Amino acid sequence: MSIKFKVDYITPIGKDLYVVNTGDWRYQRPVTNRDKCRKCGACWLVCPTNSRHALATHYETNLDFCKGCGLCATECPARAIRMAEETRE
Amino acid sequence: MVTEQVKHTSNAARGVGKVTVMDGNKAAAYGALLSRVQVLAAYPITPQTPLVEYLSQFVADGALKADFVEVESEHSSLSVLHGASLAGARTFTATSGQGLALMYEPYNRTPTIRLPIVMGIATRDGISPQCVWGGHQDAINVRDAGWIQLFVEDNQEILDTVIMAYKIAEHPDVLLPVNVCYDGFYLSHMADRVEIPPQEIVDEFLPPYRPTHQILDPDNPMSIDPLTPNELFMEYRYKHLQALQRAKQVIADVDQEFASLFGRGYGGLIEKYRMDDAEIAIVGIGSPVGTARVAVDRARDEGKKIGLVKVRALRPFPREELVEALRNVRSVGVMDKNVCFGWGTGVLFMELRSAMLGVPKPPATVGFIDGLGGSDITMEHYARAIAIVDDSANGLAHQEITWLGLEEE
Repeated sequence: MSIKFKVDYITPIGKDLYVVNTGDWRYQRPVTNRDKCRKCGACWLVCPTNSRHALATHYETNLDFCKGCGLCATECPARAIRMAEETRE
Repeated sequence: MVTEQVKHTSNAARGVGKVTVMDGNKAAAYGALLSRVQVLAAYPITPQTPLVEYLSQFVADGALKADFVEVESEHSSLSVLHGASLAGARTFTATSGQGLALMYEPYNRTPTIRLPIVMGIATRDGISPQCVWGGHQDAINVRDAGWIQLFVEDNQEILDTVIMAYKIAEHPDVLLPVNVCYDGFYLSHMADRVEIPPQEIVDEFLPPYRPTHQILDPDNPMSIDPLTPNELFMEYRYKHLQALQRAKQVIADVDQEFASLFGRGYGGLIEKYRMDDAEIAIVGIGSPVGTARVAVDRARDEGKKIGLVKVRALRPFPREELVEALRNVRSVGVMDKNVCFGWGTGVLFMELRSAMLGVPKPPATVGFIDGLGGSDITMEHYARAIAIVDDSANGLAHQEITWLGLEEE
């Protein structure tokens, strides 16, 4: 049996290594209604993966790491975010 | 009386130390002192308690320049050592029975993050029926958590093995934690002749620990043990198991180097006693091996060609060494001071049997369970065991497993 190692480390070290892609888990994504968004920043505060960021007009989602948990949609006081199911293109 | 015994032969003048008398806990404390440990964390529990007192005294007296963290539980004691070891310190702790049970979570993490921590286990029997006395069940129950487990026979071997344990644990081919398992009460509280090796020779044998595989350093930040994806998890497991197997050679080499400096060797993974022309053998582990030596001598005086094999390393298991040592015997009796609940035998018995699988003309194996819950493994019990092994060698009817001390007179 020949074994091919992926890393030189012998211990689990988080350095120049895998970052767990939480975006892979997502089955639903936040869709922001920019007219309703009051830019209060509540979604930015509660997002566990720090995926919300402020634009000039409203807050938007970085989908690389958004895991679709829906906390932003639940907490948004303006009800500006709805969760839309991910579908195959 | 002793012909093949490799122990206590002081012909290496440089490593000869001061001879004194001490109990096993103190011998373990001296092992840590001479190894110049830097961080200690321990919680007292019978029968390990005096060890914590000795170490506290060493630190209070300034004899040991170490930080002693007085924790509120065993879970914390080992967790404190995780942080200290990751920061590059040489660390020591010890526990027994319930303390080891409470330590279970950090205990499992210690070898998987490859921390060369040395921990004494003053072995104590299972958590229930409620009992504070000796037995190997506590250490045996965690034998497959990935640590190296060395069992010792007397107090000198405790002291020497703690020092050797650091050399093994910190070896770049190994980088794994080591348990030095010594019998609760039978060694922990029994006074015995112990030679304290000179500090300067121990320093020569054991240089300071310099981690290269991982270090918590603000100038070179890294996180240890993050969520690890599936394939990488398998890779780390594989590397861990390979390191445990490599430890076999390192344990043997370190023992030889120790013997050359201090005049005392222990055979590495196993020690053979009067095995050269043996036709039957006893296999044992821990302090009961001391009684077995005398039992074997007496049986030899009666004309039986019998020898003894002492298992020092339970993990990694010395499979090849045992097969080789027992190659020419007809029957082997295994003395277990523990039980294997799944098989209704002792653990050492079952593992020796597994080791013999596929070996051409393997010896017969019979098992003995004795010494549980602090009960004595007496000379009479050994005589009975030897008689049963003899029956087995001669093809006579015999029991596979005998609970010595429970039999009707």
